[in-house]
Amino acid sequence: MGQTVLEMIGIKKSFSGIYALAGIDFSLEQGEVHALLGENGAGKSTLIKVLGGIYQPDEGTIKIQGKEVKINGVPAARENGIGIIHQEIVLVPYLTVAQNLFLGREIKTSIGTIDFKEQNRRAEEMIASLGVGIKADSVVETLTIAQQQMVEIVKAVSFNANIIVMDEPTSSLSNEEVEQLFQIIENLQKKQVSIIYISHRMEELFRISDRVTIIRDGKYVGTRKTSETNPNELVAMMVGRDLESFYARDYCDMEKAEVAMSVKGLTCDGTFEDVSFDVHKGEILGFSGLVGAGRSEIMESIFGARPYTKGEVYLKGEKVHFKNPMQAIKAGVALVPEDRKKQGLVLGNSVAFNMTLSSLRFYMNGIAISEKKRKAVIDEFSQKLRLKAASPDIEAGSLSGGNQQKVVLGKWLATKPEVLILDEPTRGVDVNAKFEIYTTINELAKQGIAIIMISSELPEIINMCDNVCVVRAGKLVGKLKKDELTQEEIMKYAAGGVE
Amino acid sequence: MSENKKKSVLVNNPVVNMFRGNIGIVMVLILMCIIISFATDKFLTGTNIISVLRQISINTFIALGMTLVIILGHIDLSVGAIVAMSGTLTVGFIVNQGLPIWLAIVLGLLIGTATGFISGFVVSTFKVPAFIITMAMMNIASGIAYVYSGGQSTRITNEFFINIGTGYLFKVIPLPVVYMVILIAIFAFLLNKTKFGTYVYAIGGNREAARLSGVPIKKVEIIVFTLSGFLSAFAGLVLCSRMYSGQPSVGSGYELDAIAACVLGGTSMSGGKGRISGTVFGAIVIGIISNGLNLIGVSSYWQLIIKGLIIACAVLLDVQKGKLSGLKKKFVKKNA
Repeated sequence: MGQTVLEMIGIKKSFSGIYALAGIDFSLEQGEVHALLGENGAGKSTLIKVLGGIYQPDEGTIKIQGKEVKINGVPAARENGIGIIHQEIVLVPYLTVAQNLFLGREIKTSIGTIDFKEQNRRAEEMIASLGVGIKADSVVETLTIAQQQMVEIVKAVSFNANIIVMDEPTSSLSNEEVEQLFQIIENLQKKQVSIIYISHRMEELFRISDRVTIIRDGKYVGTRKTSETNPNELVAMMVGRDLESFYARDYCDMEKAEVAMSVKGLTCDGTFEDVSFDVHKGEILGFSGLVGAGRSEIMESIFGARPYTKGEVYLKGEKVHFKNPMQAIKAGVALVPEDRKKQGLVLGNSVAFNMTLSSLRFYMNGIAISEKKRKAVIDEFSQKLRLKAASPDIEAGSLSGGNQQKVVLGKWLATKPEVLILDEPTRGVDVNAKFEIYTTINELAKQGIAIIMISSELPEIINMCDNVCVVRAGKLVGKLKKDELTQEEIMKYAAGGVE
Repeated sequence: MSENKKKSVLVNNPVVNMFRGNIGIVMVLILMCIIISFATDKFLTGTNIISVLRQISINTFIALGMTLVIILGHIDLSVGAIVAMSGTLTVGFIVNQGLPIWLAIVLGLLIGTATGFISGFVVSTFKVPAFIITMAMMNIASGIAYVYSGGQSTRITNEFFINIGTGYLFKVIPLPVVYMVILIAIFAFLLNKTKFGTYVYAIGGNREAARLSGVPIKKVEIIVFTLSGFLSAFAGLVLCSRMYSGQPSVGSGYELDAIAACVLGGTSMSGGKGRISGTVFGAIVIGIISNGLNLIGVSSYWQLIIKGLIIACAVLLDVQKGKLSGLKKKFVKKNA
């Protein structure tokens, strides 16, 4: 390989005291495809945002072509030859490809109007040079996602980018489109463009990358030549961390436990298919897999928040099909959603308001809500969950992440569920609150509540669950018992590539 | 101990809370009252105060419904047209069709209520922006009023009917003011003490969270628009009675007065926030502006300009209030 084009040394970045990046080293050589690998929350996106000028690092240096540079904004990144292809397409849908490529730097005619002819001609040239089959005058909206992504790449190259970052570029592409993308990547390599490639998919990394750098918990773990490593080694590097000691769990006696809910062949076309599992009273059933594998969608369908096309759900032996969340709640199913700010809380309203929103039917005195009954419940759960809020009347949005999550948890416990579905129950929560949430979950399981826990944090899955289902691309690809649970085993199923 | 007790009584007192929660608008109100009462001694008299209350009653009826609609995160532009349609039809049914008064009133209210129901149904089922659908309903309702009446106003002299809008309770309090007080009480109860009210706030505050919490969004939306339609129809009935006639041209611009009352009262146009007491203060402020300016003898053309300026200032003040308390928090934190 050629000379080093980019060097990032000791990059640190913290958000309100918590390190997202705790000293990352990364180097990129000319013309190489360098994969960046790490679990969700490991710091990949933060690192890319530092490179793209969206975040400023607290410490560390960035060198481009050996010269130290400060990237203090998106234009600065562009000037330094860095182009970033984000997961979301950022093109104007109603303009043509050429118009998008020249947006903000239009080619003018002598009288000051836009020279569409020249723009189209130049755009065709740019597109052809990368071997992409798209017409310059087609409207972006009419293109497929893959084609739009290619337009983005063309655009990045047109700004003379010699470092291109691709953030999970294949996440919404079909196999055929992935092949096209790889073709383009090879063409870019021939032009001596260097590529930072972020993906979870092992098979892709082994096909196209020259080197792989693994980061974990915001720290640099190591760099390997792709030809000299194997998926198992990479997975071990990705997840290998000490088992933390704060998981409190009294396992459930699976032999004696009754089935609380049973799902058979649940299918929603295009999202997930043929999902079957049982969850027992007192069991914690984990759902592992990569983000976007369809875990949340499966649970939302069971809960009535999203339709499903085929399959059956049985609750204590009786067939149910919830048309909306209200029916599910009344039947004793609760779902603590993944995104507490968007789906869990009405942030502008009080803690009391949020905590009792789903269970108001228990506090009615005729048509009026009895404040007394309501307050009793709020007190009960504030205490049980060790909620730290100055008063139940303060805005939920003013609490810390951990306490917000406790409010959401309290809201669902107040509905007196028999089946409790937790979607990423400890995401964005500090260590203390995590411990308290684990303790609560364990208590609930002991009381005989059947718990389904979706989590992307493997230690949490391994140390809390009786059984684990692994989901990949909308399918249940593995079911593991608690004594079979290791991070490597789960990642093998979740990422695929190793059988 | 007794100090603490006193404090907690103050904190928990709903009347005190009502003023505290609407501090911005209450300040504007007091300031206006002081200025006007210096300018004219006719302002702070019993008869004038009662007359102001009577004048604001129609706007308050409509604004109560509008408050719910706006908290929900929507808007209802059809209210003014429903006032005209329901009023014109009710009077017409009595005078032209010779229907019994009670039947005509029921029909008039029903038609207005149905209009609101349709708006709510379309908004919640087809996810059409309420701005568009209620604007369409505004045209339809207004058109119906003109088509039915041929553009003419219809006089009515029936004593019972006239009494609805012009009568008095105990010979002092105008009946519209009585209705107003009753409706304010009902709506404050609905919004603060019932499941329905809680759901309205939840939907406006975070629709997705409300849906996942089992809130029946569609039902609540339909009920809110239906209530708005009913209140507008009721406003139409009272207005006709006070004018001794059904006129298809009344009611235009009422939607804007109602929205202004809500916004003045601190209801957030993006939904999720607002209260009945705020809206009532808002309606009072709007009422006092025109009353005060009339008493001082400002021409009605100038009144429009002044009214606009006061509304803009009051809202600016309210926004600043939020910023100020934010700044204060920061400052306190820094020092602590």
